[in-house]
Amino acid sequence: MAKHHIEATVNGDAMEFLCETEDTLLDVLRDTLQLTGSKEGCSSGDCGACSVMLNGRLVCSCLVLGCEVAGHRVDTIEGVAKGQALHPLQQKFLEHAALQCGICTPGFIVAGKALLEKNPNPTDTEIRYWLAGNLCRCTGYDKIVTAVKDAAVALRKG
Amino acid sequence: MAENGTNGTNGQGYVGTRTIRPDGVDKVTGRARFGADFNLAGQLIGRVLRSPHPHARIVKIDTSKAEALPGVKAVITRDDFADQSSEFIPAGEMMMNYKDVVRNVMAREKALYEGHAVAAVAATSSAIARKALKLIDVTYEVLPHVIDVVEAMRPGAPVLHDDLFTVGVEPKPDKPSNIAKRIEITLGDIEAGFAKADVIIEREFKTAPVHQGYIEPHAALATVSEDGSTELWCTTQGHYIVRAHCARLLGLDIGKVRVTATEIGGGFGGKTVVYLEPLAIALSRKAKRPVKMVMSREEVFKSSGPTSGATVRVKMGATKDGRFVAGFAELKYQAGAFQGSPVQPGVMCAYAPYDMENVHVIGYDVVSNRPKVAAYRAPGAPISEFAVESVVDEIAKKLGLDPIELRLMNAAHEGTKAAYGPKFGPIGLEETLNSIKKTEHWNTPLRKWQGRGVASGFWFNIGGETSASLTVNEDGTVSLMAGTPDIGGLRASLAMVAADELGIPYDKVRPIIGDTGSLGFNFLTGGSRSAFSGSMAIVEAAKQIKAELCARACKLWEAKPDQVEFKDGAVRPIGSLGEKAKPMTIADFAKVAGKTGGPIGGYGRINAQGAGPSLGTHLVDLEVDPETGRVTILRYTVAQDAGKALHPAYVEGQFQGGAVQGIGWALNEEYVYGADGKLQNAGFLDYRMPVASDVPMIDAILVEVANPKHPYGVRGVGETPIIPPLGAIANAMENATGIRFTELPMSPPKVLKALREREAAAKV
Repeated sequence: MAKHHIEATVNGDAMEFLCETEDTLLDVLRDTLQLTGSKEGCSSGDCGACSVMLNGRLVCSCLVLGCEVAGHRVDTIEGVAKGQALHPLQQKFLEHAALQCGICTPGFIVAGKALLEKNPNPTDTEIRYWLAGNLCRCTGYDKIVTAVKDAAVALRKG
Repeated sequence: MAENGTNGTNGQGYVGTRTIRPDGVDKVTGRARFGADFNLAGQLIGRVLRSPHPHARIVKIDTSKAEALPGVKAVITRDDFADQSSEFIPAGEMMMNYKDVVRNVMAREKALYEGHAVAAVAATSSAIARKALKLIDVTYEVLPHVIDVVEAMRPGAPVLHDDLFTVGVEPKPDKPSNIAKRIEITLGDIEAGFAKADVIIEREFKTAPVHQGYIEPHAALATVSEDGSTELWCTTQGHYIVRAHCARLLGLDIGKVRVTATEIGGGFGGKTVVYLEPLAIALSRKAKRPVKMVMSREEVFKSSGPTSGATVRVKMGATKDGRFVAGFAELKYQAGAFQGSPVQPGVMCAYAPYDMENVHVIGYDVVSNRPKVAAYRAPGAPISEFAVESVVDEIAKKLGLDPIELRLMNAAHEGTKAAYGPKFGPIGLEETLNSIKKTEHWNTPLRKWQGRGVASGFWFNIGGETSASLTVNEDGTVSLMAGTPDIGGLRASLAMVAADELGIPYDKVRPIIGDTGSLGFNFLTGGSRSAFSGSMAIVEAAKQIKAELCARACKLWEAKPDQVEFKDGAVRPIGSLGEKAKPMTIADFAKVAGKTGGPIGGYGRINAQGAGPSLGTHLVDLEVDPETGRVTILRYTVAQDAGKALHPAYVEGQFQGGAVQGIGWALNEEYVYGADGKLQNAGFLDYRMPVASDVPMIDAILVEVANPKHPYGVRGVGETPIIPPLGAIANAMENATGIRFTELPMSPPKVLKALREREAAAKV
């Protein structure tokens, strides 16, 4: 069967690509669009390393088909920093050493940003439950929670 | 405490401050390239056919239909790998044997576990490769299998290797078995020790195999040219080790193989061995095209190393005033399908936290139809120390002693002779116990169904062969090259050491991890060695630069060596020479390098010795839900001796991360096998690692008892933190419920069953 021709907005840019029916959005991002910041840890929606925003909603891109994003807006880790300026969440991850190996970090930042857009002043518990869909095996989550909290403070200050 | 995320010094230097890691921006923006992020033009996709049987003779493999499928460019099987003679070589803190390695990467006579590689294909697309796997016709003769370690040791158990005869027993067995070896260590006279004991406790423990659980699956990209030159990009803890293994397995000269370690998405010991790498090279060699291979999560669980599950018997004796007078243990560790479980370090570490005169530990290395185990953070030690720390807690209870005081009374210290041989230099166990005792956490009251537990842990740490270089660039900035993959902040630690040694700003040092062609041999990132050994190599490289600059200054100034000194980033004239010569900075020398002797650099090539053991103590509060058996960790404190924390935030991170891995090991994680010998939970949904909502903040107390063998006093810190959680949580469970749990994981069904059994017994 011929490939599907899909048009979508990715990180604010109009993009078009061809994909097989079974290709996931993650396959398209990584293999076709070369946006390898979203990571594949499990392909079953359990690790959150492939977290992206689809029309402003947090999703695991391994659970979305490439064809499904036709006409929609996809935002990935590559679009989080604006030009030279890191997003406060990215800055706080660096300052608090909230990453060790860094493979889960893009997913945590995309998910954390989604949380702070919804809830600018989350409690520790709210942060922990919101991020429960993202696995980190290195940090024990302590410094990640601290970084998200501190980023919330920075964002509230504006 | 130094402020977070500053790149300034604390007045004395960068070491000990919380700088921002030089590779950080790439890692928070998605730019950093991990194993699966590398691609080459014209690459093929490789996939592996894996055995569906836990134990089967491979009668025949017919690949003809797969080879005929359009788009398939190469198919490999056991026939593509020459057999290897038996030779044991060090792998991390464990040993491996090429005869087994060649059989683990591609099954030969038999498939020995579900998921064992049987064939591999390279095709123009992933879909075609998948289709090709289905066309490979393997004729199996299915054999009876054995999964459990105790069953595998029984006479009459299905034997995995008919040439495996137990080593270390007399007389030498005349029949093969699944027991690869028996080892033991003894100190003093164990029987005389027990004779002095007022209290003797004997218990049997069981732990389940657990996976390292790195989030990044194994990945490799290989390209082999017509003349045999080979390039490989892969996610590994040691690219020099990968190079050696691949060269050996494929009959290549080491010099022809160039391996680049990509950024690594976690390893914890699991990426110290090869799986896909030799297959990708073999496929590329056959297809004459680059080949990329990435494991699925299911493959990671079924085919890459978890650590051993084990059965452990511990018998300890103490006098009534709390002195440990005898310690016996018998450890039976699963090795998986090939020998080489971490039972040796398990034996070494079992009683190492304590100053004891009489110790006897026996270990068995046992094969069964499971994936071959790989190192996992302090390999072997969490299992044996869990058992000992549980019994120590019982002794405290029986004698009515405070568990911290009991440990303090028996703690190993400088001068203690460990049962496994060495006499300890300065070590910090007593300091960690005392700092835990002083916490507010230790002194906070608990409620019903809540419990508190404490446990200590010991890991010996290693050094080893290390190369690193410093190159002064034309503008005076410095390029730092290390050859051990940076798995959690290594670049930051090494850059701080280089900046301090050379007296230049931290951000003028740019650290990179070089490929195997860039530096001499480096042993892998493991054994808590990379910051310890790497910083020693950097100190050596900096010393060479400083000596070279002083020599050049002498020439320029027509001075004698004792008239110049290197201080605060510059060569300075001493005494009267100061009247005619002005200090020259590294940047000044860089500008005139061409006129004064050429490029400036230093190259540290060392075999690092003197790794000091790191000891720690953990304190945990938990709550048991009597309705469901679920255990919630309420509060957690780690105190560990770091010697000197080069980067305190990343050292704390090791403590916190290790603690949470230990929590997972203690409470939830396990490999679940069906009666058919197949793994039933090969995914993150059913293999339940801790998520953010499962754990509290982990308070980290940095204890610093300097290691006198290191220029900054550093001890490796990465492995010790996974050891104490198992015992601390079991001890807290006893405190909460009055029940001594001896089997891991203490998952809700097991806890609920124990609570109900007690209820039923009370009614009778």
